[in-house]
Amino acid sequence: MKAPKVIGSLGAFFGRAALSAPADIESAALRSDRFRLEREGDWRRLEDIVARMERGGLRRVDDEDLLALPTLYRTAASSLSVARETSLDLATLRYLEGLVQRAWFQVYGPRKGMSGWLRDFFLGGWSRAVQALWLDICIALFVMVAGAVTGWALVNHDREWFYRLVDERMAQGRVPGASRESLEATLAVEQETSGLSAFAASLFSNNAGVCIMAFALGFAFGIPSLLLLVQNMALLGALVWVFGSVGLGYQLGGWLSIHGTTELFGILLSGAAGLHIGRSMAFPGTASLLDAASAAGRRAAVVMLGVVIMMIVAALLEAFPRQLVEGAMDRYLIGGFFLVFWVSYFFLLRVPEPDSHAARNADAIGVET
Amino acid sequence: MKPSAPLAASRSYIEGETKRSRAIVTPEGIAIPTVVASRSARVGALMLDLLILSLALFVFDLLLDLLAGGVWRGARTEPLGQTSAVLELLYVIGAIVGFAAWYAYFLAQELGPRGATLGKRILGIRVAARNGGRLTPEAVIARNLLRDVEIFYPIAFMFFTLRLSLMGEVSSGLLWAAMIWFLLFALFPFFNKDALRAGDIIAGTWVVEAPKTKLADAMSAQGAATIEGSSELTGVRYQFGEAELSVYGEHELQTLERMLRDGNDEALFAVHETICRKIGWDPGAGDERAFLEAFYTQLRARLENDMRFGKRKADKFS
Repeated sequence: MKAPKVIGSLGAFFGRAALSAPADIESAALRSDRFRLEREGDWRRLEDIVARMERGGLRRVDDEDLLALPTLYRTAASSLSVARETSLDLATLRYLEGLVQRAWFQVYGPRKGMSGWLRDFFLGGWSRAVQALWLDICIALFVMVAGAVTGWALVNHDREWFYRLVDERMAQGRVPGASRESLEATLAVEQETSGLSAFAASLFSNNAGVCIMAFALGFAFGIPSLLLLVQNMALLGALVWVFGSVGLGYQLGGWLSIHGTTELFGILLSGAAGLHIGRSMAFPGTASLLDAASAAGRRAAVVMLGVVIMMIVAALLEAFPRQLVEGAMDRYLIGGFFLVFWVSYFFLLRVPEPDSHAARNADAIGVET
Repeated sequence: MKPSAPLAASRSYIEGETKRSRAIVTPEGIAIPTVVASRSARVGALMLDLLILSLALFVFDLLLDLLAGGVWRGARTEPLGQTSAVLELLYVIGAIVGFAAWYAYFLAQELGPRGATLGKRILGIRVAARNGGRLTPEAVIARNLLRDVEIFYPIAFMFFTLRLSLMGEVSSGLLWAAMIWFLLFALFPFFNKDALRAGDIIAGTWVVEAPKTKLADAMSAQGAATIEGSSELTGVRYQFGEAELSVYGEHELQTLERMLRDGNDEALFAVHETICRKIGWDPGAGDERAFLEAFYTQLRARLENDMRFGKRKADKFS
């Protein structure tokens, strides 16, 4: 019975032990109740600090309390293990269990806030996550190219395929056999500038939705993600054939690349992210299935946050420069610039994880069932 | 045996809880019991969140509409181009706020110190990392991105195909596909013991109960339970012998504790009668509470004393 005494005096050392200790300790008949009454003050103080942290983070807790928090947490945790061995007071045990759990969530809570995490995300975290997916990106890229080539080849082989790949209402006159003039008109700049930002907003929610879907479908072993990529790229291939057949391939490239380098890159990444999850579930390696899935899922989630940002950029590019900048050369320049930017940002920026050691330690804490 | 009914009822209550209880081991080596949130609580929390979110967005849209209406009426005096630019801005704001609110509502709240959205907090549950480590932003993002594919896309797809098939444009096969998609994910939590949905698996999280228990009074520091305690009504001091205290075990003790704390007189009468009959006392009337408090304290003193010597008695059968 030495441990609780040491802890009791530790609490006294920090000056708040006698905060609200009830006066009738001596009248309690049970040793376990006296044990509890002696430590109650510390527990209540811990509860108060934890409640304040839950309400408003660290801002509501002053330095003195913050310094006392780890000690109070350990006091409560050791009170719990002593009480488990010596007390049959169910209400007190439940209270301590709840208190230690709540305090544990705060003591071992997130190390940095959202802003700190975002800074790390932009200064290396995003690139790190993309680099970790290199194999999936290669596979997804291969699938996308194959999809585009297939779409092109199918329509080249038989024009009827175009109508199977592309919804006619969506095509808006961009169909095989359309005249060069009418096709050229669809690539022209807008004469009227109003309405473009609304167009951008709707483009963004639509594209971001498709990307999130490509990612989340990876859950089914990645196959639906790949199918989605093939389907979208086959559509593109068909469109290229239509424009290429009247000698407008170069102009179409410019029209597409201005935002397409960003948008297609984003789609590539989201497909790769979905595939990454699916692949880790199909081949978990030495880890358990659940561990492999969650490790892959967290990496892929970082990539997906980035994809949403890329979609915002792509929607802005699609709505403004594409509709306003004329001349295929200028369009290629803008699109090429963004392609170079993304590739170098993702693959040349190599920042090691700032606290990988601490993260590994945190992961080492096991769960018992 | 009517009197034993309360004891029997509370037993099933306790055992019903153990099915969902797990233990997280802290770095200090202490196993913190954790209860996996029930599936109904999670559905309820989602419903509450959706209600709150759609109400807020509805009010926001209403305000935006009012604003747009004002701009439209003002259009008679302003040049036309300017008016449409303002309306367009309002539309863009509406679209962006809608998208941001949808994701930010869940992300911001689950990343906060409580690890729970408003709906989860109301129902007393929270998100936690399954491995006992920290709940990271990556995990929260992952679990929330997957929710779309689990619930909202299939529902939207179902309505879409339902409308098309009613118009006779698609076959009912597509509708079935949509329903299978929906059911696959909706029923997912029922096929694993931790009630994980697909997003939880991907993120490495689970949803657990986060009870806020108040510290109850110390039992042996009040009434007839104290050292020199006696009945306030009769002044009698109840003393129980070795044989009388050896009847019950820990389970009965803790059931009695809960009943004393609840303070339901009728239940106390019944328990008083049962205990008296069991230990061979003549059940009197009118002083049940003092009797039970004294019995509780002395039984607990005995059981806790045995506990220190490594002897435990789980219930009256052992």
